[in-house]
Amino acid sequence: MAYGKKVLDHYENPRNVGVLDKEANNVGTGMVGAPACGDVMRLQIQVNDDGVIEEAKFKTYGCGSAIASSSLLTEWVKGKTLDEASQIKNTEIVEELELPPVKIHCSVLAEDAIKAAINDLKSKAN
Amino acid sequence: MLTPTYLDYSSTTPVDARVAKKMANYLTMEGDFGNAASRSHYFGWQAEKAVHEARSQVADLVGADPREIVWTSGATESNNLAIKGIAHFYQKRGKHIITLKTEHKAVLDTCRQLEREGFEVTYLDPLPDGLLDLDLLKKTIREDTILASFMHVNNEIGVIQDLQSIGDVCRANKVFFHVDAAQSAGKIEIDLTSLPVDLMSFSAHKIYGPKGMGALYVSRKPRVRLEAQIHGGGHERGMRSGTLATHQIVGMGEAFAIAKAEMKEEQARTLKLRQRLYAGFSDMEEVVVNGDLDQRIAGNLNISFNYVEGESLMMAISNVAVSSGSACTSSSLEPSYVLRALGLSDELAHSSIRFSVGRYTTEKDIDDAIALVKEKVEKLRDLSPLWDMYKDGIDLNSVEWAAH
Repeated sequence: MAYGKKVLDHYENPRNVGVLDKEANNVGTGMVGAPACGDVMRLQIQVNDDGVIEEAKFKTYGCGSAIASSSLLTEWVKGKTLDEASQIKNTEIVEELELPPVKIHCSVLAEDAIKAAINDLKSKAN
Repeated sequence: MLTPTYLDYSSTTPVDARVAKKMANYLTMEGDFGNAASRSHYFGWQAEKAVHEARSQVADLVGADPREIVWTSGATESNNLAIKGIAHFYQKRGKHIITLKTEHKAVLDTCRQLEREGFEVTYLDPLPDGLLDLDLLKKTIREDTILASFMHVNNEIGVIQDLQSIGDVCRANKVFFHVDAAQSAGKIEIDLTSLPVDLMSFSAHKIYGPKGMGALYVSRKPRVRLEAQIHGGGHERGMRSGTLATHQIVGMGEAFAIAKAEMKEEQARTLKLRQRLYAGFSDMEEVVVNGDLDQRIAGNLNISFNYVEGESLMMAISNVAVSSGSACTSSSLEPSYVLRALGLSDELAHSSIRFSVGRYTTEKDIDDAIALVKEKVEKLRDLSPLWDMYKDGIDLNSVEWAAH
């Protein structure tokens, strides 16, 4: 089982690796997974005054598919509203990256991560 | 794409060119293709001669009598034959078996099968360095214990068990002692004339012989009897039926003969290479060697690069072929059961890589691997939220993870 081209590409040329200020009011942080499972993703989003995601950063501890899933997600959410971002389905990630069945859980974790980031942002607004 | 550098010798080895050349003489019309059991003609006799020679070659490496060597299809079959064979033959004496949690699946799964048949198996925990605790073994042996099975060298962490001491305990308690020597034969000395071992499994493909070929040593003095697991003609003194694969057997014999002749020099060279590899990582932070560094086979280096997941590292160093104890590399999502049994945290098990050096490894291979690993570990640590947290002084054990 050789690694998928797209997965390799995200690893070789990761998009949006980094950190945003998690204390800032317009930044939402989602941290999901556990070291015991071999998968930890931290996804951060920054919204502008119109509620549109203008910046997204990630860091992931996990296999190539996990890195690619979270990297892809940061690409996709930019320019979306929070509602639109929360609609992203893990199955779309699976399709785009051509993930084999044994790696589907990586995409599920990525979906959890974006939802957690959105929730974090929403709880700050309250 | 250039062929990657091979540093996965514990998984399998290429067949030595000298072995392949000899094997080729036993296949075609031009060679000795006969059935070794055909006692009445030239073709059979030629094959039988080759088998006889190979049997001596295997026996010579380990200090056995050739009559104590039974040919099988590999160490997996040898393990099955030894464990099931003893269990079924001696079950009236008792139905308790002892082994270690870190054994190869060929032993563990065979034991599970015997449990389904009504045997009782105790799977002992190893010490943190991977060694068997002799006091624990003594305490675990019961009146109805008939067999203990412990591997000589562990495939994942390379740790070497003390067969003499273990065997002495078994002998004192009249328990049969089986050893899986798949990873040790040809690499470290084995002398069955003095070791108190009753059965020993061998593999050809771990020592530059062909895959699909192995043997089982079955002691004649004292006499060990087994129930055969494969029937049909009574070959191998009734212990393992089936026409002998002359070319495979010749291959195994030749591989073992070469190993005997070159062992000392090869182990010294292999050790130097492994030490060079380890030294190459010595200036890196958060690097842990798994298993005892001294009681260890020369070629094995099982190492965890903390905060970097094993499969992502393997993908990153794709120009070097290695193995990982990470769950992501197995189809269950469980990390290596061997590393877990040593008491390793899940994180370190997920971050483990096994490098194994062998006959054709060069210094350049090692230096290239070091450079590549260092570069990629750094890159993956830059990508890792856990590395960030470690750098910030956060204790990961204190974090409440949102696992699913």
